[in-house]
Amino acid sequence: MIVRMRFGKLGKVRWTSHRDVARMWERALRRAKLPVAYTGGFSPRARLSFGLALPTGCESVAEYLDVALEAELEPALVAERVCPLLPRGIGVLGAGEPEPGSGSLQEEVTSCTWEISVVRSTRSELDEVLSRLMGAASLPVLRERKGHVVSDDLRPSLLALFAQHTHDELGTTLVAELGTRPRGVRPAELAELLDIELGLARRTCQWIERGGSKFEPLDVLPAVPAVAVERAS
Amino acid sequence: MAQVTKPARYIGGELGACEPLHEPGRVAWLLIYPDTYEIGLPNQGLQILYEILNEREDALAERAYAPWTDMERAMRSAGIPLFSLETTRPAAEFDVLAFNLSAELTYTNVLNLIDLAGLAVRSKERTGDAPLVVAGGHCAFNPEPLADFIDAFVLGDGEEVVGEISEVLLDRVADHPRGRHELLRALARLDGVYVPALYEARYDGTSLVGVVPRSRDVPERVEKRAIGDLGEWPFPKQQLVPLVEVVHDRLNVEVFRGCTRGCRFCQAGMITRPVRERPASQVDEMVRAGLARTGYDEVALTSLSSADFSGIEHAVSSVINDPQCSGQVSVSLPSLRVDAFTVGIAAEIQKVRRTGLTFAPEGGTWRMRQVMNKLIREEDLYSAVDSAFAQGWRRVKLYFLIGLPTETDEDVLGIAELARRCADIGHRYHHNVTLTTSVGGFVPKPHTPFQWFGQDTIEELRRKVGMLRDALRGARGVSLRWHGAEATAAEGIVSRGDRRVGAVVEHVWRAGGTFQEWSEHFDLGLWTAGLEAAGLSLEDSVYRHREQHEVLPWDHLSAGLHRDFLWQDFSEALHEHVLEDCRWTPCYDCGVCTGLPVEHVVASSVPPAGGSQGTGQDVSVGGLMPVHFVHKEHRDMAVSAAGGAEDPVARRSLGSGPRARTTSGARSMGIVDTCASGGGA
Repeated sequence: MIVRMRFGKLGKVRWTSHRDVARMWERALRRAKLPVAYTGGFSPRARLSFGLALPTGCESVAEYLDVALEAELEPALVAERVCPLLPRGIGVLGAGEPEPGSGSLQEEVTSCTWEISVVRSTRSELDEVLSRLMGAASLPVLRERKGHVVSDDLRPSLLALFAQHTHDELGTTLVAELGTRPRGVRPAELAELLDIELGLARRTCQWIERGGSKFEPLDVLPAVPAVAVERAS
Repeated sequence: MAQVTKPARYIGGELGACEPLHEPGRVAWLLIYPDTYEIGLPNQGLQILYEILNEREDALAERAYAPWTDMERAMRSAGIPLFSLETTRPAAEFDVLAFNLSAELTYTNVLNLIDLAGLAVRSKERTGDAPLVVAGGHCAFNPEPLADFIDAFVLGDGEEVVGEISEVLLDRVADHPRGRHELLRALARLDGVYVPALYEARYDGTSLVGVVPRSRDVPERVEKRAIGDLGEWPFPKQQLVPLVEVVHDRLNVEVFRGCTRGCRFCQAGMITRPVRERPASQVDEMVRAGLARTGYDEVALTSLSSADFSGIEHAVSSVINDPQCSGQVSVSLPSLRVDAFTVGIAAEIQKVRRTGLTFAPEGGTWRMRQVMNKLIREEDLYSAVDSAFAQGWRRVKLYFLIGLPTETDEDVLGIAELARRCADIGHRYHHNVTLTTSVGGFVPKPHTPFQWFGQDTIEELRRKVGMLRDALRGARGVSLRWHGAEATAAEGIVSRGDRRVGAVVEHVWRAGGTFQEWSEHFDLGLWTAGLEAAGLSLEDSVYRHREQHEVLPWDHLSAGLHRDFLWQDFSEALHEHVLEDCRWTPCYDCGVCTGLPVEHVVASSVPPAGGSQGTGQDVSVGGLMPVHFVHKEHRDMAVSAAGGAEDPVARRSLGSGPRARTTSGARSMGIVDTCASGGGA
């Protein structure tokens, strides 16, 4: 069976990479003695599949992974057993089973919502630059790929941008919904387009849009009320 | 943080990390590894002391590693000093900064880190409440190049002495204001602690004539510390599991300490004697508990030659067959002996994850291996390589040293011949094989039989490597890897340097030469400029053969080995005489067991299958080449050389025949590059 878990990455641990997080999960699942399925061959690996990579340095409350198990287990029980064994700052927020027949997280997710702190700009400066961006017909950026300089248009991936005042440590935040096709846009690239200084970025949702409806990869939330993400610092 | 590479190496948060409470009555240690986090974190010595100190009521310990150059720039420009990983406390707020000295080329980092902590780099300029700066580890056996910068060195095993130092420091805190000088004198009274400021280095012209106590209450000679029973120290119990990828990223369980194989180039083997095995049941328990706690899928049974551990087969099979490990845990033995038996174990343990297999014959000819007392017979090597390829390995790596005493061009070319032949063996089993031949230049190390030997010059090393490269041109499946001759020379400056080399280290550091272990930062020009400024030369400090009775800069420090024994063994080496492993043969009195209050702790009363360094081996036929391993055209030659086709073992010319060499240690010997540790893969 496949168990899908939603987890968060907050605090200092955000400086670890996507690969580092994958290794943390492998070790935690082994420590939890869960019946994780392994690949065969000379180099057996746990059958885990992660969704879109989170850029190093970004926080998230909407990361997902699928774990293949060799036995049938209640997803909530899996989450309960593994969560305390994860490093500080990584915590399970929900667990369930993906719909039968659904594809991999990487294929299915069509957009992500981000909350990004705005370091110096005022609310009105921010509103102005946001409307300029959303009004543009195209937003080309130059990127080097395989030794060639290519121009990517980021405009199609900017699905929504608005400013929001919050009372938590983020202060004024920019809320962005960024599409994954034709290519994903990272918060750092958004800052480059906006030409303003952005601070801490946190992914708050991943979305799957299919047949006119939009939903999250896991609809049973929260399945594990007892565990929450603890801030590392 | 967003601007620096790999920021996660500065955040700590490992499983097993402590966030100790700093409070009166606890001596605060900052344990520092003077290289990057990825290199330093796995260091077992540092982790052992970290746990021992944090278990004590009168001490606590945190850690720090050398920030990479980008992070250091960011810290210096923001006025942030070196800080601890756990509680981000400035280094200067600790009572002790303790450095692990594992490699000579990290010394400039040591100075840089003292400076980054906000302290004066020279110990005599640190006063009052400035933290005490101490150092230990293998390189502390010749501490003189750092004598001006470090307040106290610890020689040998640190398990017991860190507690004793804590007690002395606690006294200081209690009856303030005992001065810094009093404190140093109190430390010098501890066994195994060397306080260089209390000793004077005396010279006659440019020659060192002695390092002698400045007063009567400090010992003339400092003996190393050695714990008697490894079983009493089951550390680390809480091995750190990092969040980011590091070298040796696996569970490590030390199965024994010390080595008596007696490889004459190997400092680690000499200074860690005697052999002290961990009880097999404790190894089992540490492996079982460690895997369950950490979630690692690999465990290394560590030592200087793990296949010699009395309980090795049992230890390996109990992991492999443990249902809890369910076939997903692999075992590695970092230092493999070269024989078919070892390959058998390796096949058993690498059922899970089969990567490459590494052997360290070190010398290209049997003659050379007799000189260095690394008694791997031709037969052992070829049968090991044969069984490795037969059992499915396609990648085999061989380690060699060049620049050893009495080495001739024939010995160097023997490396190429050996590598070609091993690749040929591989091609009998597989179409494609990779035979990596890794060659390092030899750096003579203190407290070894080769400590008198003059290192090969950079040019000579380059010539020999060029020769090997030519000899291996077109050799199918063989790739040659080589460590830079320049770095070998720089390591040589420090390895046997005296107190005057401190100025060289300081010069290199002040000129910006940090991370000299890293080829992208290494700069020989800084070292030669430093030598010149200090009035020293490569010729005198590195290339020169030492005289038999010359004062060596570490003569006032003892690893337990008699100097007479070392000289005797050096002379034997020059005569190609071998010395058996003393674990299973009578004692030859190297001095360790008779001089120190410890002795060998070895469970097995018989040598391991396959023999060990002369024990259970017929070394008189070590240079003989088994005929069935010889390549077709070689076979004809071999047969004719042996003078008879019926002889199953044909004599090859490799390890015999006339050659020009001296027997007294005079200069006709070639030398070159680096790598005198471990002997292992």
